[in-house]
Amino acid sequence: MKHSFIDRYSDLDSLIHRLDPRTKLVTSVVFIVLVVLTPIRNWQAFILYFCLMATLLIISKLPPLYVLKRSLVIFPFVLLIAIFIPFFKPGEIAGSYNIWLWQVSVTYSGLLVLANVAVKAWLCIFSLILLSSTTKFTDLLKGLKQLGVPKVIVLILSFMYRYIFVLIGEVMRMRQARDCRNFGGGRLRQLKTLGNMIGTLFIRSYERGERIYAAMLARGFDGEIRSLHRLNFKKVDAYFGVTFGLVLISSGIVFW
Amino acid sequence: MDKAVEIEKLSFFYPDGQKALKDINLVIYPSENVALIGPNGAGKSTLLLHLNGILRGNSTVKVFDLPVEEKNLKEIRRKVGLVFQDPEDQLFSPTVFDDVAFGPINMGYSQTEVKQCVTQALKWVGMNGYEQRSPHHLSVGEKKRIAIATVLSLNPELLVLDEPTSNLDPRSKWSLIELLKRLPMTKIIAAHDLELVRTLCQRTMILDEGEIVAEGNTTGILDNIPLLRVHGLAPEEDSSKALT
Repeated sequence: MKHSFIDRYSDLDSLIHRLDPRTKLVTSVVFIVLVVLTPIRNWQAFILYFCLMATLLIISKLPPLYVLKRSLVIFPFVLLIAIFIPFFKPGEIAGSYNIWLWQVSVTYSGLLVLANVAVKAWLCIFSLILLSSTTKFTDLLKGLKQLGVPKVIVLILSFMYRYIFVLIGEVMRMRQARDCRNFGGGRLRQLKTLGNMIGTLFIRSYERGERIYAAMLARGFDGEIRSLHRLNFKKVDAYFGVTFGLVLISSGIVFW
Repeated sequence: MDKAVEIEKLSFFYPDGQKALKDINLVIYPSENVALIGPNGAGKSTLLLHLNGILRGNSTVKVFDLPVEEKNLKEIRRKVGLVFQDPEDQLFSPTVFDDVAFGPINMGYSQTEVKQCVTQALKWVGMNGYEQRSPHHLSVGEKKRIAIATVLSLNPELLVLDEPTSNLDPRSKWSLIELLKRLPMTKIIAAHDLELVRTLCQRTMILDEGEIVAEGNTTGILDNIPLLRVHGLAPEEDSSKALT
């Protein structure tokens, strides 16, 4: 069974792909922090951020349509959180509507907050897509490890990456088995079946976890997580880091 | 060293108190291939898990004259390579290389040694060039081979296999059997696949309800249809007539 990968397109070759994962991790985090800290009134800064992301995406040779599609995934979450802000934030009224019994009004400052959240979230997701689509997940894990992220967390992530496909496969097989036996009936019954499936999935995962641990023990695992590879920090990483940093700093100086 | 495995009066209870193994006695000699057959739930996998101390009943298991005890565990786990039935459990790393290297790294080998072990192990199972692949993109047959490579990388003296041919198509199955034939170490194989047993093992034991109920020369055991039938390993009389 094939699934879409978390790190699809990470086997392309470009300047960005060849960078050390640590460079990419650090610059992504710096970029995100900076974007979040920039006040929305400095709209020129955001144009610059977008241009920066666009340039990097072009250099990375990722298909633009794919990036755009994936970036839209974030909006349901943003809207869920921020959609009500324009209605509740006090300020100058931009428009007023009657919905059934209520009268609701939208304020300019509220709209600004909504735009703020949406734009920032979009920029951040762009940088994360850039990071995850140009770096193999295994390299990302190595980078995290060498940046001093606790080994347990790296190990959890690596198990997630390894077993998410197995779990998806299991869920799909369960769903097929359910559909084959004519899943139907009332809503309540459907919910009950769904609950049972979730429970079964949990128990299966738990037992699989036990078997995996036994397989690890059988090969001499003693709680200590060891690894072999070291990454190489190349000259191009230094150039990239410095350039990226300079662009961000200058944007800060110019627009703040 | 004249015995690869020696088990005396081993009993084991599941956490819920149910008896899984009852007074198991067995001896396996070096470079022997021994099959362990029996119906589902007979305790085959449970018995195998005692061979490297994942489970410990009353400590009466000896592997290459080392009692399976806390202080010997590391040495025993190097000498005993246990391959689980489901390769999805055995292969837990993001890449094939990491998985095959897991044992050697745990044993504290140096970087060059680890690389050598991995290359050698993958060569044994004919899977060179798969180092950077993700296990979840491999076929079942390939996964089984890599699972075997993950224990071969420690150069074990005893290879313990739980259902090595389950879920394999005939071609993958026979090529796996050929592969196992070429491996020189002592082997204990738990299986339902009697073709595998006949081709690979000189000696066979039948395990049923946690007890070893029969033991002997493979041909002798597998040709004794009434014995197999009693333990659910051969078709009932009516159905076998219907087939012939």
